[in-house]
Amino acid sequence: MDVTILLFLTSGLFLGWALGANDAANVFGTAVGTRMVRFTTAAIICSIFVVLGAVVSGAGAAHTLGKLGAINALPGSFMAAFSAGLSVYLMTVARVPVSTSQAIVGAIIGWNLFSNNLTDQSALIKIMTTWLACPILAAVIAMGLFKIVTGILNNTKMHLLRTDAYTRIGLILAGAFGSYSLGANNIANVMGVFVNSSPFTEFSVGNLFTVSSVQQLFLVGALAIAVGVFTYSKRVMLTVGGDLLPLSPVAAWVVVISHSIVLFLFASQGLEAFLASHDLPTIPLVPVSSSQAVVGAVMGIAIIKGGRGIRWRVLGGIGMGWIVTPVIAGTVCFIGLFFLQNVFDQKVYERVPYQLSTPVIERLKQDGVDTAPLANLARNDYDSEKDMDTALSGLSGLSEKAHQSVLKYTRVNHLVISSAFFSELPTDYLSAEQISAVKQLEGQSFQHFWMLSEKLASMSPAWKSLPKTKVNKSFNKHLKNQLAVVQRLFHLPK
Amino acid sequence: MKISNGIGLMGRTRALEAEIDQFHDLLSQSALIFKSAIYTYLEEGCSSDFEDKLQQVNKFESTCDGLRRTIETQLYTQTLIPESRGDVLGLIENLDHILGFFEGTLWGLSIEKPDIPTEFHEGYRNLTEMGGEAVESMVLASRAFFRNIDSVGDHSHKVLFFEKEADKISTRLKAAIFDSKLDLAHKMHLKHFVEQIDNAADWAEDVADRLAIYVIKRTF
Repeated sequence: MDVTILLFLTSGLFLGWALGANDAANVFGTAVGTRMVRFTTAAIICSIFVVLGAVVSGAGAAHTLGKLGAINALPGSFMAAFSAGLSVYLMTVARVPVSTSQAIVGAIIGWNLFSNNLTDQSALIKIMTTWLACPILAAVIAMGLFKIVTGILNNTKMHLLRTDAYTRIGLILAGAFGSYSLGANNIANVMGVFVNSSPFTEFSVGNLFTVSSVQQLFLVGALAIAVGVFTYSKRVMLTVGGDLLPLSPVAAWVVVISHSIVLFLFASQGLEAFLASHDLPTIPLVPVSSSQAVVGAVMGIAIIKGGRGIRWRVLGGIGMGWIVTPVIAGTVCFIGLFFLQNVFDQKVYERVPYQLSTPVIERLKQDGVDTAPLANLARNDYDSEKDMDTALSGLSGLSEKAHQSVLKYTRVNHLVISSAFFSELPTDYLSAEQISAVKQLEGQSFQHFWMLSEKLASMSPAWKSLPKTKVNKSFNKHLKNQLAVVQRLFHLPK
Repeated sequence: MKISNGIGLMGRTRALEAEIDQFHDLLSQSALIFKSAIYTYLEEGCSSDFEDKLQQVNKFESTCDGLRRTIETQLYTQTLIPESRGDVLGLIENLDHILGFFEGTLWGLSIEKPDIPTEFHEGYRNLTEMGGEAVESMVLASRAFFRNIDSVGDHSHKVLFFEKEADKISTRLKAAIFDSKLDLAHKMHLKHFVEQIDNAADWAEDVADRLAIYVIKRTF
């Protein structure tokens, strides 16, 4: 077992711990804050369901590395995970609910800046859109749901104690399901990058079942999340559940459900595909954050109560926390990478060259791009995406679309389809037809990733993407992830 | 664990609901028995019938004390209704006080055996009637607090009305007693029991005022 891998694994565990400490408030904060559920009870239920979600559902996403998969060197991922974890931890100390995903994106931007990779502007716009759109959506849904629920309760004339019991059960159920989703959706971010370097080996329990290396890895990550929930989540729970606005138990339930509805309606590609496949109007997907949805829902309750009771100072602190979180993560990551590279002599990123070769030019022509302005660039090799981008920016007559196409096709990924790695092709993730097509390319090498994907698509319909429609979005995304798995396996250097 | 906890919670909740309902039932019955006991005393004095009714109220008072303690313990140990717990316990304790007034008055009659002249019987009956109505309306208001909060006001205003009527009757009765030719000690003795009987209505009015605040506090 490589000790270095274990060391790098600690950053994922730290990130998991920080995620548990901060994000548990999204599912149980209002329940604990309104004293409907004891903190210990909430922590136990949250931990159990986070672990179940991570191991049962999360393992199914083992081949998607999460956001940290954008980083191409393990030491770089280590620093990014550590930076994101530190940023979230600092916000947790300050009792502010923040988005762990946005912290990770901030850290990745720090890595991009250090490694001379371009940062996709849409990632930044997405974060800023989330700050506004998500709380507003959650507030609107919470207001509507609160009206409906209180109307029903007023008309049913249920006994006070029975209302309390149902609300309590509702909070526990909502918290349990929310915890399951928390584990399932976030474990890839926490542990995904370590899947290929997992220090665990598969073992069988008699003839009953087998526990894979990935499941063990995700179990460890989930336990880190659970420890975070137990040891440090109460602070943020109390902020969400009472410091921002005094909530009644029914309002507490409305907040949790509203946040879940927002995540389901506006972030579910499955729902979009379902509606599209039945010729129903789809709900536009909006970048959403669990933490920000909860705060928005609380504000919705506040609005419907006439704006009374809001602690504006707490709200201001939360807003600042959202802005500051990715900034801290990015800054710490950038500085940390410097030390990791120059002091500890670690390779924090792999140089990715860009080359405007003849096959690339031909491919661009197929896409209808005028390659005449690119003539001078063909003689040069570029060390990084940023260098390529700078060179392209200096050209006149190149449209933005063509600019992006050139960046996409010129990226060099040396791939050699070696039979030595055929046994590592995941049979639970790739179909037999797909694996067969890959094996037929034995011995071949490819300069660019798009060459491999187009070759595979020409050989087998199992590797062919479907037309870009809402119905096909989910399939195409899955296919893209499958291609990424093949790319990682056969990419040089190893 | 969660499912069985949920089932257990619902079972315990139903049991607690039943205990609170039983508390209200006993209070309401105590008011009726108190009324009947006063009428019996006025007609028969400390007869065996009167003593039976006294013992019944005594027993109800003890049972209600036990129910109150059980309700308090369960609300705290199971951390039920955290928002309204203090108000509910205050309400139960204040209602339990009313039973104390009934019991105290009947014991006073049993021990001190006041000689109530016939000319004042109607006054005592009317006063007892108003006191009983005030308590009965208070019980209805309290039940509504648990099940139908919108109708608490419908009953609370009656408590205030009956208390005012009780006050008027009490004042007239005391005036009549002190205008009579009885000796001072006798008058004071009779006045004492007028005030004892009136206490229940006064306390019911206090509880109704507090209940109005609890209703305002209890919002979704």
